Amino acid sequence: MNKAAGRHAVGGPTSTDEAIVVEHLRVQRGKRLVLPDLSVRCPTGQLIGLLGPSGGGKSTFMRSLVGVQVVAGGTITILGEPAGSAGLRRRVGYLTQAPSLYEDLTVRENVAYFARVLGSTEADVTRSIADVDLTDHAEALIVNLSGGQKTRANLACTLVGNPEVLILDEPTVGLDPVLRRDLWNLFRRLSQEGRTVLVSSHVMDEATRCDRLLLIRSGQILSDSTLPELLARTGTEDAESAFLALIDGSAA
Amino acid sequence: MNPRITLATAGRILSQLRHDHRTVALMLLVPCVLLGLLAWIFADSPTPVFDSIGASLLGVFPFVIMFIVTSVSTLRERTGGTLERLMTTPLGKGDLMVGYALAFGLVAIVQSIVATAFAIYVCGLDISGPVWILTAIALLDALLGTALGLLASGFARTEFQAVQFMPAFVLPQFLLCGLLVARDQMPSVLSTISDWLPLSYAVDAMKEVTVNASPEVTKDFLVMVAWIIVSLVLGSLTLRRRTA
Ligand SMILES: Nc1ncnc2c1ncn2[C@@H]1O[C@H](COP(=O)(O)OP(=O)(O)OP(=O)(O)O)[C@@H](O)[C@H]1O
Ligand SMILES: [Mg+2]
Repeated sequence: MNKAAGRHAVGGPTSTDEAIVVEHLRVQRGKRLVLPDLSVRCPTGQLIGLLGPSGGGKSTFMRSLVGVQVVAGGTITILGEPAGSAGLRRRVGYLTQAPSLYEDLTVRENVAYFARVLGSTEADVTRSIADVDLTDHAEALIVNLSGGQKTRANLACTLVGNPEVLILDEPTVGLDPVLRRDLWNLFRRLSQEGRTVLVSSHVMDEATRCDRLLLIRSGQILSDSTLPELLARTGTEDAESAFLALIDGSAA
Repeated sequence: MNPRITLATAGRILSQLRHDHRTVALMLLVPCVLLGLLAWIFADSPTPVFDSIGASLLGVFPFVIMFIVTSVSTLRERTGGTLERLMTTPLGKGDLMVGYALAFGLVAIVQSIVATAFAIYVCGLDISGPVWILTAIALLDALLGTALGLLASGFARTEFQAVQFMPAFVLPQFLLCGLLVARDQMPSVLSTISDWLPLSYAVDAMKEVTVNASPEVTKDFLVMVAWIIVSLVLGSLTLRRRTA
């Protein structure tokens, strides 16, 4: 079952400079065609924001990237391999939008379990708990944590694997400004280490923190550019108005 | 499959149990209470009814309890999103199935030692055969419950459905296993069906250990092991990496 697992050293060099290549991705969920035809390319080592309205298909897109979404057509290549292939499972980290943790275990026990599954060390466990600022709560049961603390514990379980590509579905939702700033600094650090980080968000001012912005609405990429390019193109002052201008423009 | 991941999974499931004292207490005490009740019911009976039924029940408890515990906890993995997360990691389906079987098998050994000791020393159950065979049967029985529970949870979408699978999967086997009416005295259709059900063999083996100093249980063991393997394989087919 894990035939190709362990073949790639974590953080090892990749032969490709495009970490994520998506071509004509088509996803049907129930009766709804959520992603009709989506193509996008993400360079290695960038911090990329995936922004868009609720129900626009952000989570569906991310699920497709990590290989847990049934896909109707198209191809997704990550680090040169097809999405979801066994060799990628150690190299691609996924953060689910809703915390997916064992509520009856402590923070440390949760992170340590995923560390063992991913082949990480005890030091990785301590570091990733510190990265999300939960060291003081490491021995608390998940069920006794606040919503934002659960979000962070969830993130620690993803970080512990030292993935080369991080697919993070709304990691900063419901957190205070200080924590959000700290986490965005962490994402920046990860991308400076050469990791590719894709972060979805509703909060438009987080756009200023990204190298590149993907705006997605109704399963379609409205824009794929840097923030300054986007502002210039729409003639607006900030990400929020640029986004509204694009949506109004595309609806018209 | 990868032994490191399988063992990590079994360890994680045991940690979850360790935090849940009430469930552990229920798993260990309920069989004893029921055995005690049964021995009490037949306390004034002229024939040694408890000796024949008591041992069979030792074969039923681990099965039923492990079935419920496993189907509910794997359903929680599905609905809580941890299964989806695990499916993006190197964890193989076999790691999860065997992890569960290992963890609950260990619990079953403890459970059957406690229940058997209670039946023998407190309720005065007479067992002619070696006690270790009785424990081995209880272990296989618990693994059977775990394996069928894993399989059943694959067909449940909600907790309510998972709980309903208990009567649906388990009660028919309980009625047909020979505890109420000897299997060879049932209508032939029913006795044929009972020949195919795993719990019948667990109860047969338990009866054999009670009455026979050197019990012949090889066939019963083989049938149970076959059921365990088939259920685990079928159960792993219900786990999908990709979902709609
Ligand atoms: N399991 C499902 N079955 C059928 N349709 C679904 C399912 N999950 C999501 N959808 C539909 O797919 C569309 C996209 O959902 P998705 O979760 O990808 O949006 P999103 O951009 O992540 O939204 P949000 O910002 O609210 O998280 C929505 O219209 C939703 O109703
Ligand atoms: Mg979403």
